[in-house]
Amino acid sequence: MEKSKSKAWLYLLPAIIFLGAFMVYPLIDVFIYSFEEGYNSASQSYFGTGTYNYLYILHDPYFLMALKNTFILVLVTVPLSTLLSLLISLALASVKKIRGLFQTVYFLPYVTNTLAVGMVFMILFKKTPYTEGLVNIILSFFGQAPIDFITGPYWAKMLVLCVYTVWVVMPFKILVLTSALASVKEEYYSAARVDGTTSFRIFTKITLPMISPMIFYLVITGFIGAFKAYSDAVAIFGTDLNAAEMNTIVGYIYDMLYGNSGGYPSYASAAAIVLFVIVLTITVINLLVRKKHVFNG
Amino acid sequence: MKNSNSLKKSNITRKALRKGAVYVFLSIWAIAVLFPFYYMLLTSFKSYSSYNSEFVPKLYTSAPTLENYINAFKAVPLADYFLNTVIFTIATTFIMLCVIIPAAFAFSRLEFKGKSLVFTLFLALMMIPNELVVITNFVSITELGLRNTFTGLVLPSVTSVFYIYLLKESFEQIPDELYYAAKVDGTSDFKYLCRVMLPICRPTVITVTVLKVIECWNSYVWPRLITDNEAYYLVSNGIQEIRENGFGRENIPAMMASVVVISLPLIVVFLIFRKKIMEGVARGGLKG
Repeated sequence: MEKSKSKAWLYLLPAIIFLGAFMVYPLIDVFIYSFEEGYNSASQSYFGTGTYNYLYILHDPYFLMALKNTFILVLVTVPLSTLLSLLISLALASVKKIRGLFQTVYFLPYVTNTLAVGMVFMILFKKTPYTEGLVNIILSFFGQAPIDFITGPYWAKMLVLCVYTVWVVMPFKILVLTSALASVKEEYYSAARVDGTTSFRIFTKITLPMISPMIFYLVITGFIGAFKAYSDAVAIFGTDLNAAEMNTIVGYIYDMLYGNSGGYPSYASAAAIVLFVIVLTITVINLLVRKKHVFNG
Repeated sequence: MKNSNSLKKSNITRKALRKGAVYVFLSIWAIAVLFPFYYMLLTSFKSYSSYNSEFVPKLYTSAPTLENYINAFKAVPLADYFLNTVIFTIATTFIMLCVIIPAAFAFSRLEFKGKSLVFTLFLALMMIPNELVVITNFVSITELGLRNTFTGLVLPSVTSVFYIYLLKESFEQIPDELYYAAKVDGTSDFKYLCRVMLPICRPTVITVTVLKVIECWNSYVWPRLITDNEAYYLVSNGIQEIRENGFGRENIPAMMASVVVISLPLIVVFLIFRKKIMEGVARGGLKG
């Protein structure tokens, strides 16, 4: 028995080593970094401890812009994509023919490279000397003057980013909601139909309560995912997101760490912890709301 | 009689109309999903001059050309990016399997003190966002002098608690009797794992492998931090590099050809393993 005990640890050893080196240790370290003032990675020295890094980033206009962008992105895309995916999943559940084909098509964005497809979106929206871009040409049918979506006004750039983000997150949401809808027992519907219940009532009294845990799961994961948005923005606006006014919190972290304005792991750590606290707070609020409103059948 | 008949009829037409509306709605979203793919494929077959002469982009091309694909491989090192990504993907996925299979085996089959505690700690790590640990990892890898090496690229990406969890669940489905029978026959644990458990749980192992391959192929942030030498760029960084510095002038058809080349392998993998991927993702795989 003694022998099998040590053997179990042997099987776990590789996982523990990797997780320890690349997750547990960095997790502790990031807190230390965030309180070390003026850390220099070349000399590995710092001149004090305190909350200076936090104060610095909270006064950095780039960080505040990243904060604002991220919040707009979250508040627009999470409700929009959740609602849209609910509509699509309900529509999918009501048809039989070619449902499989639709499901396959809808899932496609999940497996494609975000950076690569983002470039296609950029081109569709972009105004160049040669063309105003497909989106602008379509808009011109409605009497809209061409808009410079990629390098133009703030709201136009934000619109493109939101559209692309929704496009990217839809596959996961549709998939989860479709499986949730499929798991609602047919007997409930049959019973309701025998009683002559209207389809709207069936939806609000049976379907919605039964899938509400999954909707909640999607809202939470959606919030977390949208707060960590970054590569979608890079895909459309390029790597210099500060110049494009489209940086996100995660983008700010990476810019602080590396790149033209990089070399400040302490600021990056402080920003990462601010992000973590925001995500944690929202998750906790969500869980508290969930306790009140979600049907746990 | 006549009355109820017409009532039925109007009911039927209403149903048909509603069904039609549902299909139209579903088709609109399908087009929204597929159109960017179509547009990228289309543009990649247009010649540079014909693309730039179209003020209103045509949705078809009468003279398809392969010139952009030749350009994509000649003018920029797309083939190198591609090869790097293949090496990175295979190495990461293989090492990951070597790490997570024994761990899942220990959690599902072996008995030891503190098992539930260690497992809970593992699960707790699932909540930690990558952004929080990437900073120290970046500093460590830099200090170890592992920037612009495959070791530096691969090592931090090999563990995934979620996949350990997925495999453990699948291993636990195997009846205990098989294990005891194997023990009576004098089969070692390791042999039992390889000869009995892995073949039975093949579907889950394939799901995990495919999900990891997708993740590796699309990874952008870590490779961007850790490589600044073009010789080690993966496709995501390559595409960014192509966009910012490649092809001299804004050669959009050539860019689109590169995008097609980069996207194609995963689309093929997806079409082959469609069911497994969707099942795996529905169980909690999260993008990014």
